[in-house]
Amino acid sequence: MIPITTLQKTAEQLMAKAAIEIPEDYLGGLRACADTEKGDLSAFVIQAMLENYEAAKEDRRAMCGDTGVPRWYVKIGNEARSEGGPIALEAALRRATANATHNVPLRPNRVHPLWRTDHNNNCGIGAPEIEYAFHPDADWIDLTTVHKGGLFGSDYRMLFPGDGIEGIKRFYLDTLIAFGRRGLACQPAIVGVGLGGSKDICMVLGKQAACLRTVGSRNPDPKIAALEAELKDIGNTIGMGAMGFMGSSMVVDCHIEVGYCHTGGMPMSVHMFCLSSRRATARIHADGRVEFRTDPLWFTDYMRRATVEWETPQRVAAE
Amino acid sequence: MATTSKLKTVRLQLPASTDDLAALELGTVVYLSGRIYTAREGVYKRAVEDGAGLPAPPEEMGFANFHCSPAATLHPDGSATVGAVTATASFRFAKWLDGWFKLSRCNIIIGKGGMTGEIYKRHFVPHQAIYLTTVGYGTGALLGRGIKGVAATHWVDELGLAQAIWVLDVENFGPFLVESDMTGASLFERENAKIAPNIDKLYAGSKPATLRRYGETDDKTEEVI
Repeated sequence: MIPITTLQKTAEQLMAKAAIEIPEDYLGGLRACADTEKGDLSAFVIQAMLENYEAAKEDRRAMCGDTGVPRWYVKIGNEARSEGGPIALEAALRRATANATHNVPLRPNRVHPLWRTDHNNNCGIGAPEIEYAFHPDADWIDLTTVHKGGLFGSDYRMLFPGDGIEGIKRFYLDTLIAFGRRGLACQPAIVGVGLGGSKDICMVLGKQAACLRTVGSRNPDPKIAALEAELKDIGNTIGMGAMGFMGSSMVVDCHIEVGYCHTGGMPMSVHMFCLSSRRATARIHADGRVEFRTDPLWFTDYMRRATVEWETPQRVAAE
Repeated sequence: MATTSKLKTVRLQLPASTDDLAALELGTVVYLSGRIYTAREGVYKRAVEDGAGLPAPPEEMGFANFHCSPAATLHPDGSATVGAVTATASFRFAKWLDGWFKLSRCNIIIGKGGMTGEIYKRHFVPHQAIYLTTVGYGTGALLGRGIKGVAATHWVDELGLAQAIWVLDVENFGPFLVESDMTGASLFERENAKIAPNIDKLYAGSKPATLRRYGETDDKTEEVI
């Protein structure tokens, strides 16, 4: 039984880590941009960001003043049991969000859409979002927090099979160019593309592709992996760098996730995870042990399964 | 602090004189020392549209307006902890600017992403004001370091922490880039113009989506803001 205090304490630590420490994979990707960027202004911006990450870590302060909209991804092992059940878990995540907003501090970004009421704690109706997934043959709970910027860089469009791969590339370019100007998307970014699913799931897949996969990871379908690499290159040949200044640093990486969709359509979403690609994960084991990491390991073979039944692959003999 | 760059760097003491501002060129890196304050849509609506005026004289608030909400905590004794600060996108605030310049007499606006050259010429130039953009939009920790103290907060109860006015004393606060100069020229528009010729090539051979959308333009050299 995982104690609820362990879950809440871990969640508070994750909130601080996400806000303060840039994940190594994104940092590596940005350094690669810095090495090739020829535009003076764009290169200056990237250099300032690299210094900013250092300042954030040294001072233990949030890397960006707009600390985004904190949200949670929870993956629960099929055999995991937590004290108080899922209701207590949700309460712990909401409490951790409120406490961390005061203690880190984070910007209290969350307000009522109409009345603009601000509880000054990033909690409210539907906030923070908590998404759930499950994992077979496991007794741990994975908590991931993502603090994604909330205003620019995402779009959705219903494409059709006749639009083809060219239509996908065109909508991808549309989104990057529209939000890349003046750097509204805070690029260089991890671009997530959702293809298929129903409309809401299309948006969810794209957002998860941007926020829950690490720079350098590839979709297991080799043709999709090739499209990811191609889209990354296309984004970096627009001629637009950091802040929309002339340059080549637009896309740190591109990730595509797919879901089965209506036979007549090919819905597509695009999301951009910014220069402050804030994510942090912890695995809380059944014995209360906690391991922190920056790779959410969200997309697994189980998550991407296409079959009716799921059979856990045979473990190798050595294990 | 980004010392390796080839860009020209200027350090300004606030309040800045018109001569100080006239000497700034597009793309110059600027660091500020002195007094600034945050104000965005909540403040503009209340001060300009609802006619509340300023909560304190401009001499006490400073003459540099930061489009920002700090990641900060206000303690019960009135003291404050400011963590990181980052600008928010300014193009949304244009409609209040003329009234705001008259009321506040500010001559520097710091924000994210700038506004259009047309807005600079219409609202900034007559008030001899310039626009500085934050860098990358994510240098919140560097900017947080530059804040030496919170001199006052205004309208916290009325507007909430994020929309309130935070009066801040800063030192070597930056980096910023000069986005608009005293003539109302825009660095972003200059850069957009350089990038535009490549855009047509990117779209060569590609057809519009089967299902069009209202408001769609096929001139991709246009901005959406």
